[in-house]
Amino acid sequence: MQGPIIWPVNSPHSNSQPHLQWRAPLASDAHSGPHLARLSELEAKVADGQRIQADDALFLHDHADLLTLGRMADDVRARLHPEPLVTYIVDRNINPTNVCITDCGFCAFYRSPSDPESYVLSREEIFHKVEETVRLGGQQLLMQGGHHPYLLSDWWVELLEDLGERFKINCHALSAPEIDHFAQVEKRSLEAVIADLVQAGLGSLPGAGAEILVERVRAIIAPKKTSTDRWLDVHRKAHEAGLRSSATMMYGNVETAAERVEHLERLRDLQDETGGFTAFACWNTQPKGVPEEHRYPVATTPALYLRVQALARIYLDNFENVQTSYVTQGMRLAQVSLRYGANDFGGTMIEENVVSAAGCFNLESIQTVEHLIESAGFLPRQRNSWYGIVDSRQEKPAFPSCREEAATHRAAPGRQKANHNSVQPA
Amino acid sequence: MSPTTTTPQQSLLSRAHAAGVGTEAEKALDGRRLSREDGLALYRCDDIHLVGGLANHVRERLHGDHAYFNVNQHINYTNICNKLCRFCAFQRLPGQEGAYVMSPEEVGTKIREHLDEPVTEVHMVAGVYPKLSYEYYLDILRAVKDVRPDIHIKAFTMIELMQIAVRAKKPLAEVLPELVEAGLGSCPGGGAEVFADRVHQEGYHLKNTGDEWIETARTVHEAGLKSNATMLHGHIETVEERIDHLDRLRLLQDETGGLQCYIPLSFHPENTEWSHLPGPSGLEELREIALGRLMLDNIPHIKAYWIMLGIPLAQLALSYGANDVDGTVVEERIYHDAGATTPQAVERSELLRWIRDAGRIPVERDTVYNVLWSGAEPART
Repeated sequence: MQGPIIWPVNSPHSNSQPHLQWRAPLASDAHSGPHLARLSELEAKVADGQRIQADDALFLHDHADLLTLGRMADDVRARLHPEPLVTYIVDRNINPTNVCITDCGFCAFYRSPSDPESYVLSREEIFHKVEETVRLGGQQLLMQGGHHPYLLSDWWVELLEDLGERFKINCHALSAPEIDHFAQVEKRSLEAVIADLVQAGLGSLPGAGAEILVERVRAIIAPKKTSTDRWLDVHRKAHEAGLRSSATMMYGNVETAAERVEHLERLRDLQDETGGFTAFACWNTQPKGVPEEHRYPVATTPALYLRVQALARIYLDNFENVQTSYVTQGMRLAQVSLRYGANDFGGTMIEENVVSAAGCFNLESIQTVEHLIESAGFLPRQRNSWYGIVDSRQEKPAFPSCREEAATHRAAPGRQKANHNSVQPA
Repeated sequence: MSPTTTTPQQSLLSRAHAAGVGTEAEKALDGRRLSREDGLALYRCDDIHLVGGLANHVRERLHGDHAYFNVNQHINYTNICNKLCRFCAFQRLPGQEGAYVMSPEEVGTKIREHLDEPVTEVHMVAGVYPKLSYEYYLDILRAVKDVRPDIHIKAFTMIELMQIAVRAKKPLAEVLPELVEAGLGSCPGGGAEVFADRVHQEGYHLKNTGDEWIETARTVHEAGLKSNATMLHGHIETVEERIDHLDRLRLLQDETGGLQCYIPLSFHPENTEWSHLPGPSGLEELREIALGRLMLDNIPHIKAYWIMLGIPLAQLALSYGANDVDGTVVEERIYHDAGATTPQAVERSELLRWIRDAGRIPVERDTVYNVLWSGAEPART
């Protein structure tokens, strides 16, 4: 296989920053150049609904032009979602604490335990936020914090129980690294920790903390964070325990194109095994104002966002949903990305702390989001955490409507696509 | 190439037939002129990949991978204006808070501030303030040239030229040589809005009509000056009115050949009388770029004006028919008064990076599209 085009880069970072050496292929090469034959073959293969391999994905990443990738991804989206719906969820981000001992250099949100700006939200503060969310018709609380040295699974179990007693709203909470952190500190198995959380009412798992699921990259950008295998294992165990989860990718730091593909490959393999992922979302590293800004000299550009998202839509043929990231990319680009493979606009995020700390806060009204979805040629629909449609404009009752209806662990393994009809409500 | 290989043209054509615009696509791919009806069909075609792909085909046929930019400085010499256009957030009335007029000396000072930068063009447009004398307009041109003799002055939209002729008390054809003598090099394309009378009546009836704009541009071209053309889209105009606008530009160009570049301008609602309108979305902006490229077969360049689109959309527009992104601008005010959140200037290296990430080759041009510098082409693998 041929590698990407390498241009000389006069940057002191270029040796340690392989992504800076990557250059987009000349667009016209895809229409007349030497790669046309293979490109056309892959386009036909994808149009036919066939699976492409990792080397095919790398070829597309390095040689396809944006328009071709967009077209292919949009066709895949249309095949998986014949009804022209784009979903979003009314939700709220609650970050119970910003205390974290993982010290990721790309994160502007966390504070060390002794930092005067560190906080832990009181129950009253949390209840107040939840009350507001429920009043606004919220379907989900996206709750993630830092890796707090003392707030462990028992603290979260109590929080989940307290919320479950008072409110009817799904807790989409705890990233894989947080759950791994509990298991490590408490010296318990992942299964035991997850079982307690499920028992306490945890409804689904966000896909955060994946960054790039390649050890070489994690050793540089997040050496204290959970490993690739452990990240995947938390999701595997969660799926086995009846939880659905989402998956993410934070590209544009020190990874190569091949490592981006490797990340997608790991996700697709696990999805083949469990079928437990609901959706995939990606975004680029937001280097402004982060602790190790020098490691991340430039944010990658929107063209790469669309390239990576479209490629993910094409490659992750066993993922039902792809979510755009308006929080990092802005509303206008997010709208365009609906034609580059995304079928979900994400959450309204009544409150968003983590990314806004890195300097790209975007909070938009529901009306704006619906207008943008319609202007892209789709019908906007509200959903729940399991991608069941919860919308007065939809006649059918929401399905799945709860964690149990969404669970996949009893379904046949190795299937191409989640098939809700094969799952009996518990 | 294997026998199963489908060329991009073939796959565009089969998409086009599926979308019911086969004939239109064939014309575009063959380089034949699209009729108004063809244009309407493409405006209404749901498949943005198809419309973008056709425009990109034309763009690559004309310009390959080149994406032009220039290094320019904006001077908006006054914001006082008596035209009261409802889409405008820049205008002020005399005496109103924030109203200003730059003296020729101030204009000279602005130019001097950037003498150490490789600026090749001054883009000078402003409001229509009847108190400004003919001599004032000549003086601000001279003020620029006094400080920076080599710089190209691209100044005065058609409504400003009409006003200058009124103040000069002679026909524009006689005024233009004097403006050129004072330093004018070419004219910008702003202020065309939407030519249709209905929109003119409702939105900017004090301004020149579409016919007057065309007539003024014709006079400019006959005087040997080049100009650009724009369309302000995404407010109250219909798709038919957009096609009408593009077709009238195309007819003018057939006649004079004086238009260098077409620039679709997106309506920015903030701080205007039309703030209740949403303004065009990103995909609508990309479609507008594509339609411009497809309809205007006789205008060489299509510009994705990044100050207005924002860099992300301008970058993407390079795949939807645009081959120019305007400049590394200094001090733009008109769009920023309407809520544009783009930076007012961009580093050259940043601009190059965005262009290259779009799979294009950055080429620095002067105002009349002479190539000043070309980004090295990467070796094909």
